[in-house]
Amino acid sequence: MSSGNCFLQWGFKAYRTSSLRNSSQSANPSRQEIGSAQSTLLPSVNEQTPKTQKIPSLDSELPLEALDDLPSLAPLQPVSEEEAIQIIADPPLPPDTFTLRDYVDHSETLQKLVHLGVDLSKIEKHPEAANLLLRLDFEKDIKQILMFLKDLGIEDNQLGPYLTKNYAIFSEDLENLKTRVAYLQSKNFSKAQIAQMVRNAPFLLSFSVERLDNRLGFFQKELELSVKKTRDLVVRLPRLLTGSLEPVKENMKVFNTRLFKVKERHLFLTYLGRAQYDPTKPNYISLDKFVSVPDEIFCEEIAKASVQDFEKFLKTL
Amino acid sequence: MGSCALARLQGLFAVYKPPGLKWKHLRDTVELQLLKGVNAGKPPAPEQRVRFLLGPVGSDEEKELTLTATSVPTLTNHPLVCGPAFTSLKVGVGHRLDAQASGVLVLGVGHGRRLLTSMYNAHLTKDYTIRGLLGKATDDFCEDGQLVEKSTYDHVTREKLDRILALIQGSHQKALVMYSNLDLQTQEAYDMAVRGLIRPMDKSPMLVTGIRCLYFAPPEFLMEVQCMHETQKQLRRLVHEIGLELKTTAVCSQVRRTRDGFFTLDDALLRTQWDLHSIQDAIQAAAPRVAAQLEKSLRPGHPAASMSRPALGLQRA
Repeated sequence: MSSGNCFLQWGFKAYRTSSLRNSSQSANPSRQEIGSAQSTLLPSVNEQTPKTQKIPSLDSELPLEALDDLPSLAPLQPVSEEEAIQIIADPPLPPDTFTLRDYVDHSETLQKLVHLGVDLSKIEKHPEAANLLLRLDFEKDIKQILMFLKDLGIEDNQLGPYLTKNYAIFSEDLENLKTRVAYLQSKNFSKAQIAQMVRNAPFLLSFSVERLDNRLGFFQKELELSVKKTRDLVVRLPRLLTGSLEPVKENMKVFNTRLFKVKERHLFLTYLGRAQYDPTKPNYISLDKFVSVPDEIFCEEIAKASVQDFEKFLKTL
Repeated sequence: MGSCALARLQGLFAVYKPPGLKWKHLRDTVELQLLKGVNAGKPPAPEQRVRFLLGPVGSDEEKELTLTATSVPTLTNHPLVCGPAFTSLKVGVGHRLDAQASGVLVLGVGHGRRLLTSMYNAHLTKDYTIRGLLGKATDDFCEDGQLVEKSTYDHVTREKLDRILALIQGSHQKALVMYSNLDLQTQEAYDMAVRGLIRPMDKSPMLVTGIRCLYFAPPEFLMEVQCMHETQKQLRRLVHEIGLELKTTAVCSQVRRTRDGFFTLDDALLRTQWDLHSIQDAIQAAAPRVAAQLEKSLRPGHPAASMSRPALGLQRA
């Protein structure tokens, strides 16, 4: 019996909303306003636990004056056909959800982002991302940053994937972004190179000038490269700047060894079945020793073969 | 000291070119290493020269300026003033190998470069091992080229491959005789043809004197090819065509020269052995064979100099 009552209550409340929409529809033809008004009223999107749609408390949403205008209808009162057609009974926007699917039709920002090619399904997996996107206004914040990215050289069809990775760029200050690009230009990176770097390492522009400077200096010093070579390296692999430096520091010796030496020794170890570089497994070969020891010691101790075997193997490459 | 080292540095020797290295870079590296060896030597003792100097001579009462012969140190021949004794060495390359191929590469130094021409004119055959991969076709017939087509290869058997290779060898046999411009009606020509010694001594397209499959484990297969007037690209195209004949596709993953004329893998020097002494020893070791072979091939009326190993086709028969 009580469940039946709830159902009636729910139906009644829904009817009230839909009729309210009807009346406000006639007053304001654009639905956009409802969407944006609804979105600003929404509390934070919570995607951690999938919650079922709570029956929203509509009482807070109905302005008090409108209540007087409503005809006192009983839910079982027959309705004429014309009135029935005019009832728009969309489910109300949930205030709390785990996906942006519920909001995308009501938010102009989200729609424009989807048209650009941004993958919202990936963004909503991050906790604060969806909140950020919903709160932004397309005209004010997003448009300027998009124009800036286009000026940089990122094509229209590349903006989507870029923003999917680095949506946080919208929370950056435009002046900061311009300063960072100016810094890169001062280091003699050409415009095309900067565009390529930003495309391949989307988080590059989110790094402060000081951090970028430190990282460039690190690579130049540790790998003992000339300025031009550091520049070429960074243009080809900009993720070095944004990624973690731990593996680079650990394997510093390997990077400073000549490629053919590393390749030959590795292929020999693979041929013997001894190429084990994982410290947790047995027969581990440390990369430091792997590159630094001279040939005879490498053959005897690490590969456990004779130098003649190594030479014979080299002649089969 | 340098000049007597140079005296022993005239002749032909073979190096093992690793894959990924351009032949020109290899030649330059060998030249640099040889120069290092030849210019090494203890610095000469400080020299003196005789100069006639004006100086006061005589007792205190009568001083007069006269020329006296004195020995003064001179720096004219100091190594820091005139530079190293040798600034360049003439190193020539025999039959070239492209960057991705590997194997025996014959180099000539000093007067040995003349022998390179003689070796070219002897039109000796070369041995290659070629690795192929069934199932794909690329634009430059290499494994890392742009993919053009993929196909299945389940229907390929060892017998089919052997049949195709025999067909290839047969057709090239005919071409061998045709390009060698020999009148087969004479008895000597017939004798030589029977012993498999017919070879064209002029320019001709690539000719395969012997081809057989050493190893077949689909999708990989390994072939041994004896050929002349080839380029490595034509050998890779051969792999592609074998794939087409087998009604599938194939790319070439390795081209390795195991013999160039009379230089084999055992004579080839590895990268660690590219220094003055090893090269001098290699030249000495190869000198008698070179002399014998070239003398044989330059014998008048002998169009095709034979090598110690007859053509593969005859060996199988």
